[in-house]
Amino acid sequence: MAFYVVQFLTGLASAASLFLVASGLSIIFGVTRIVNFAHGAFYMLGAYIAFTLTEQFSGALGFWGGIVVAAAIVALAGVLVEIVLLRRIYHSPELFQLLATFGLTLMVEDLVVLIWGPDDLLGRRAPGFKGAIDFFGQNIPSYDLFLIVLGPVVLAILWLLFQRTRWGILVRAATQDRDMVAALGVNQKWLFTSVFAVGVFLAALGGALQIPRDAVHHAMDLRVIVEVFVVVVIGGLGSIVGAFVAAVLVSELNAFGILIFPKISIILVFLVMAVVLIIRPWGLFGKAEAPARRTPGLTVNPWRPLTSGERLAALAALAVAAALPLVGGNYALTVGAEIAIFVIFAASLHFLMSVGGLASFGHAAYFGLGAYGVAFLAKMAGLPMILCLLLGPLLGCVGAAVFGFFAVQLSGVYFAMLTLAFAQIVWSIAFQWVAVTGGDNGILGLWPESWAASPSHFYWLSLGIAAASVIALRIAIFSPFGYALRATRDSLLRSEAVGIDAKRIQWTAFVIAGTVAGVAGALFAYLKGSVFPDNLGISLSVDALVMVLLGGVETVSGPVIGAIVYKALNIWLVSQTDLSKLVLGAFIVVIVVVFPKGIVGMLEAFTQRRRPSSAKSSLVTSPIESAE
Amino acid sequence: MKLSVQDLNSFYGPAHILFDIALEVGEGEVVALLGRNGAGKSTTFRSIVGLVEQRSGRIEFEGRDVSNKPTHEIVRDGLGYVPEERRIFTDLTVEENLEVGRQPKRPNAPHWTREKLFDLFPNLSEMRNRPGGRMSGGEQQMLTIARTLMGNPSLVLLDEPSEGLSPKIVEQMVDAILTMKKEGVSIVVSEQNLHFARLISDRAYIIERGRICFGGTMSELDARPDVRDAHLSL
Amino acid sequence: MSNASPLLSVERLTKSYGGIHAVRGVSFELRSGEILALIGPNGAGKSTCFDMLNGQNTPDTGRIRLLGEDTTGKKPREVWRLGVGRTFQITATFPTMTVRENVQVALISHGHQLFNLWGSASGFATAEAGRLLDLVGMGSYADRACGELAYGDLKRLELAVALANQPKLLLMDEPTAGMAPRERIDLMRLTARIAREQSIGVLFTEHDMDVVFEHADRVLVLNRGTLIAEGSPQEVRGNPQVQAVYLGEGLVYDERHRKGASA
Repeated sequence: MAFYVVQFLTGLASAASLFLVASGLSIIFGVTRIVNFAHGAFYMLGAYIAFTLTEQFSGALGFWGGIVVAAAIVALAGVLVEIVLLRRIYHSPELFQLLATFGLTLMVEDLVVLIWGPDDLLGRRAPGFKGAIDFFGQNIPSYDLFLIVLGPVVLAILWLLFQRTRWGILVRAATQDRDMVAALGVNQKWLFTSVFAVGVFLAALGGALQIPRDAVHHAMDLRVIVEVFVVVVIGGLGSIVGAFVAAVLVSELNAFGILIFPKISIILVFLVMAVVLIIRPWGLFGKAEAPARRTPGLTVNPWRPLTSGERLAALAALAVAAALPLVGGNYALTVGAEIAIFVIFAASLHFLMSVGGLASFGHAAYFGLGAYGVAFLAKMAGLPMILCLLLGPLLGCVGAAVFGFFAVQLSGVYFAMLTLAFAQIVWSIAFQWVAVTGGDNGILGLWPESWAASPSHFYWLSLGIAAASVIALRIAIFSPFGYALRATRDSLLRSEAVGIDAKRIQWTAFVIAGTVAGVAGALFAYLKGSVFPDNLGISLSVDALVMVLLGGVETVSGPVIGAIVYKALNIWLVSQTDLSKLVLGAFIVVIVVVFPKGIVGMLEAFTQRRRPSSAKSSLVTSPIESAE
Repeated sequence: MKLSVQDLNSFYGPAHILFDIALEVGEGEVVALLGRNGAGKSTTFRSIVGLVEQRSGRIEFEGRDVSNKPTHEIVRDGLGYVPEERRIFTDLTVEENLEVGRQPKRPNAPHWTREKLFDLFPNLSEMRNRPGGRMSGGEQQMLTIARTLMGNPSLVLLDEPSEGLSPKIVEQMVDAILTMKKEGVSIVVSEQNLHFARLISDRAYIIERGRICFGGTMSELDARPDVRDAHLSL
Repeated sequence: MSNASPLLSVERLTKSYGGIHAVRGVSFELRSGEILALIGPNGAGKSTCFDMLNGQNTPDTGRIRLLGEDTTGKKPREVWRLGVGRTFQITATFPTMTVRENVQVALISHGHQLFNLWGSASGFATAEAGRLLDLVGMGSYADRACGELAYGDLKRLELAVALANQPKLLLMDEPTAGMAPRERIDLMRLTARIAREQSIGVLFTEHDMDVVFEHADRVLVLNRGTLIAEGSPQEVRGNPQVQAVYLGEGLVYDERHRKGASA
């Protein structure tokens, strides 16, 4: 019995840090509408800087002072980020903001290794809380008791701050309608900056307070951000009380889940999250998101199929690509096949994200499931390659059917966070279930059969499947189903009012996108000859997002161009520098700020401008009337 | 002159919305900005308070140029703005909504306190701690006006205050606007309902396709049925 | 007009939220081809009533029958399949699609082709889409992007979309909100003409008394969740209780429609 009590208390202590980080994320989201992916990075920075400060300054003052000063320093860095970067993108779509902060995260990951080295760092014990208390023969660290008390204290302080101060009232008002707050004479810029500072301070404090309990390392950002996403999805974005309750819930599930499913305890958290979302789609304490205000005057060009001239041009481009084996060597062909595979992957995400308006932040899960599907079939069942290629993607299809069912119950940032959490869960299973997946060592020795083994043959296979996938998806986009899917994206209210079952349409789209991603993953497994948990990791999911955004999220052909440019650049970068995350992160940030419309979007805008004014005149006169 | 707008041009992206708008509001005047939906009334207001980013022209408020100031500074100078669609903070109580609008007292403008506003809008005083989301449309419209008055403005831009309200509430709105005028607040009100505008305004401008096409007193407007029919399609 | 069973019959509808009775015991009927207005002060329960009729909200008690079929608690899309067209106070259309595509989506749904992944949607029922657009006078706008339409045109497009499933009943929530007086009259004349020609019943909410008194065959007045009056426009206009809670002294609508317009 005593053992369970201690386990419970350990869970409560872990909840304190999680609550600090999650409440910071919630507060920032509430006001700025930015899901700050970099929150995990700020948490990690808090821990690293606190480590350095507490090593430098001795005594109790040195320790506690170090922790608070570390949080303050990180908060200042946050202010800098807000002023320099975020202020430029407050009016961009939510997705871009999530992506920009993800870019920041990548940069910070390389920076901390550069400054503090790649090894785990063990911090000092907290002065005054070094011992443990005996509880019926079980030890409870006294520092844990301190954290258990700290959580509710911070909750109370935040509650008072938001309910009883003018600043708190302004923040709550801005959470609902920030332009209106400015129209009442409040300096919105500084309100945003102060909110961001408070949120980042909480994250960094959460990180700094962890140093007596856990080693500081350069992957702690991703681990905490996934947990924090789960916490805010359960608790409800924007609710501080929700963040507290959910932090306790998740921490306890982790503490006891270890006892029940030692290998895959995260499953338990997932199950609870799924149940909560079915009962309350906006989390325990959350509220339905108000529909975003459409920017007035913003007209989108309606999509149209390619003209016959454009079809010929596309065919010619395909023919040129097919001629690569005539001029390129083996390396070029391998790179070419990889690019073709990523064109499939990007096109599948585009179908879900641009056509369906559902931005998945965990699309790699289905890519990876396709790859593992091939690996299982080839290694365990010993099926021939052609059957593996046909059946392997079905694992992606099944995964998408299961997770998609839950994910389409949500929309917007909730959808993004949930898909990310699902992908992370699949990753954990692949990583931890060593008996089946080989864990970190992956599954090796998956080579194509002789008919596809030569680089040129495999390249043609990949290119052919890529062309077929892109064409099939395009047909779907302009099919009745594609119209229905776009209808659910444009207006849920109207589509329900013309008899469309939006959830079923979106679910179908999710399954299609997941299956096509699985096709890409299946090919990828044969290209690399192996499958690793990284094939379904976050960074691969983000690669897909960047490809779609780089190509242009509002275009039909964007993902193809985006995938080619991004993948080629990526392969080149990795061969050139050790700091690829730093460069890549900076690249993502620049894309978001400078090219929000993407390459194809820019080209389209350019040709629009050059076109004679017949089409334009209607553009200029009519928005006047609809602009108010 | 309380407010003077000259050569105001506004854009949303590539679309040119307002063309050389010019209008003036005298001390203590109530001026109506009439026009059909989409004519540019709201955009004019949003441009004056700096909520439209792409704009050019000169906007003078109490003799000072405010064309390049950010929204919150223009509002703090005493130019209040009540947007269309009410936009109250539904999670905040009536009192908290008023708190958001509170600004210091201003020498040349009437001073409003909570109590004075509750006198002006008696319905609100009965629901001080009710969240805005649980009020009716008419009560919400009153709260938006009260909230803006908490900033002690000397001029208020009222965007379509009668839209979506029952005839009886609209009549209460007429009384409230006339009281504000008596207290010394200058008012610009955008409207489609000419009956309503006639009850409160001294002068009127008509805006059509982003251009001002008439300016004059209400009796001058009544004397020009051709203008009225052409632009207001009554 | 035939005296057969009514198109829509609503029996003792009740709904409350957190202790507030939004709608209490509302009953009424609507016949084919009839235009019925639902008016009342803000917060009287009009929207709640409306949402229950089209399935966005479920009543606590009471029954809704459409053509004899019980539709209480059905989802909006199920209500639509039974032949109910719907327009919204703030237009709901598909802004990134063309005008024709907007109508085609509704026709695709009506033709049960939503899960057709292979066919070409742009060629789907173009003739029928054109006919609907011509009906509301939008035929020449078919290839325009919906996002660039003027507000009045959006309202007409919405009407065309609402007519795509050959509805027997149209539910219109403040159909003329945000429109200029001339556009209001035009839209309602168009609606009335279509309703009479095709024997469609129309239920609409409205604050513009000029529109209500000109076009409604019958008017229902709701106050604090209860029906306080029902009758012809003349009867309702002269009802002192309706004047007290809703119409006021009639300063803000057209003189022609005021009570005893002697002045």
